[in-house]
Amino acid sequence: MIEQEKKSSATTVFRQQSNGLRGRRRIGELIIQGLLFFSGFVSIFTTIGIVYELGKEALLFFQMPQVNILKSLTTTIWQPHTGNFGIWPLVTSTLMTTTIAMLIAIPLGLGVAIYLSEYATPKARSILKPVLEVLAGIPTIVYGYFALTFMTPFLRSIFGKDVVEIYNTASAGLVMGILILPLITSMTEDALSAVPRSLREAAYGMGGTRLEVALQVILPAALSGIAAAIIIGISRAIGETMIVAVAAGAGPNFTLNPFKGAETITGHIVRISGGDLSYDSIDYNSIFALGLLLFIITLTLNIISQRIVRRFREVYE
Amino acid sequence: MKEKLANPNYDVNIEGRNRGGLIWKWIFQASTVVGIIALTALLLNIMDSAFGYVALEAKVDPATLTVDGVSLENQNKEQLISVLQSHISSGAYNKLEKDQPFAERSVANIRQLILERVVKYDVKKSWSLWESITSADQIKQEAIKNYPNAKLQFISWLSSDFVDRPQSSEALTAGVRTAILGSLWTILFTILVAFPIGVGAAIYLEEYATDNWLNRLIRTNINNLAGVPSIVYGILGLAIFVRALEPLMSGAIFGYVDPTTANGRTVLAAGLTLGLLVLPIIIINAQEAIRAVPQSLRKASYGLGATKWQTVWSHVLPNAIPGILTGTILAVSRAIGETAPLVVVGASTAISFDPTSPFSKFTTLPIQIYQWTSRPQDEFRSLAAAAIIVLLIILLGLNAAAILLRNRFSRSY
Repeated sequence: MIEQEKKSSATTVFRQQSNGLRGRRRIGELIIQGLLFFSGFVSIFTTIGIVYELGKEALLFFQMPQVNILKSLTTTIWQPHTGNFGIWPLVTSTLMTTTIAMLIAIPLGLGVAIYLSEYATPKARSILKPVLEVLAGIPTIVYGYFALTFMTPFLRSIFGKDVVEIYNTASAGLVMGILILPLITSMTEDALSAVPRSLREAAYGMGGTRLEVALQVILPAALSGIAAAIIIGISRAIGETMIVAVAAGAGPNFTLNPFKGAETITGHIVRISGGDLSYDSIDYNSIFALGLLLFIITLTLNIISQRIVRRFREVYE
Repeated sequence: MKEKLANPNYDVNIEGRNRGGLIWKWIFQASTVVGIIALTALLLNIMDSAFGYVALEAKVDPATLTVDGVSLENQNKEQLISVLQSHISSGAYNKLEKDQPFAERSVANIRQLILERVVKYDVKKSWSLWESITSADQIKQEAIKNYPNAKLQFISWLSSDFVDRPQSSEALTAGVRTAILGSLWTILFTILVAFPIGVGAAIYLEEYATDNWLNRLIRTNINNLAGVPSIVYGILGLAIFVRALEPLMSGAIFGYVDPTTANGRTVLAAGLTLGLLVLPIIIINAQEAIRAVPQSLRKASYGLGATKWQTVWSHVLPNAIPGILTGTILAVSRAIGETAPLVVVGASTAISFDPTSPFSKFTTLPIQIYQWTSRPQDEFRSLAAAAIIVLLIILLGLNAAAILLRNRFSRSY
């Protein structure tokens, strides 16, 4: 009897304990899950923050009586303090540095990627990959220093000091190309190595040379990945800041001459915010509008790149 | 049958095709070589500026600064103080005394002050390492001809003094201690914010999230955020941390009053901005690390009656932590090298005192490099080169740590 009582009481205690434990634990688990969800949601807050803050300040900017969107799209002088908001000088110089950078980065990047994935011996790869990783890990300000103290004197010694200004978009663009090279290379190489071996072997079996296999079979099969890499590269080039801030020139300049100084969108934002401007000046408000423009351009490019990858991906079984 | 084998397109011009293949192979190799050349040029260019001859002109010749016939190098503290006192105004002397009493200052510090305030070396011209090695004789002649009062000296801009000295407007006495400490303070807050939130988000997405529209949105959003230019984060930080949360960032809300703090442009604001910037990188890397933990471990844990969080905390995380830490170190090295967002958030242009709290004004190593690079004088370019070497060494150390971590703890299942 006593034994039984003991036993049953032990069981109840055990039950109570386990019930208690289970109850407490569930609340704890819920709290933890809530915290984790909140962490995941922080990224959404960030996006909302960017869109809201930039949008709000940009709206204030566009509501200013001096600012007229139509006029700013049709004139070519950007001087906020004199009431001139022609966006084109900033846009053309951004396009110029980006174009020069991509002219360097696309052919070189594809060349390096094809070499690494189709030609290089494992030993060469094991040396070259870290070199590219080092290039990718160098801070952009160092590239800016390189553009100003190496590339610009180099260009000036080739083309003459009268032709090439101390600050110019060509040297900024060229160095930016080197900066983007590892990005395009690694994304392209991923795309190339995702092409299944069977395709390669079939092509070799048909008697194709190594080049023919690489260019006519592998490259087309990896085209979506390569296109995505190029678009990401462009987006990176447009948003790149320190190289142009150091080497491309301080002052908006409407020109298509790559040897002249011209300020890009990002360079302008850095110069304006680096100075001691009051929070209410029109220069200051303009950087929010430019930041929003930059955000929209790069976001669009990133989304396009993701779409390309998703839609045109060749699915191999 | 025979005709089919004799297909005109088959077996044509093998030699020509192979030749074409060879040429293209060279082209591919050449582009690889160009990449290596670029990296080499970049590193050599930095080395070239960081060392070399300089022509120094002293305002007061240190040889004349003797006390009782004892030269400047051998003077004791009292003699040094008397030299200093006799050459600067009493107002300036009192100000130095107020900054830190002379009784407490070290001999080296006072000698440094004499060099800065009395001797006032001025860099007339500086030469690069390459010039200094290849045409040393010409440099010597040029220095004697153009700068007769100057002394020619081969100096390394990078030195232990350079790392230990605070910022200064004089190239010869400038150092990066302020900037390094600023970088460390900033990164501390970046890690404090980004690491827990980043890992939390990764755990949520990998272990908890079901496949619904909200979670898909979070995933896409993180990928998009990783592609947003860093300067946009700077503008965001300026709008939110510096302007909207100014009382919090400058510490006023805690009753903290730092007379040097300028309008919320503090270490804390900078650290949080960089935290937002590296968050997507940390999340993506942590997700990969968590995904690599085999499903069998989770199943075994559930089988023993563990709850979801117990499984995650005791089995998934310990196995994923090397990967998570590696990813975090890479994100941190990205944050250490960032310049643009900090310029926008409002790094101070010239501060010579070390940051002492989250609410201090700040400057960081890349910001310092940017400012020195923007100056036209050669000697500041040399300083920038020396600071770049310091920055690259720090980054190299971090990356080496990441690789060690990866190799040491990597497991295969």
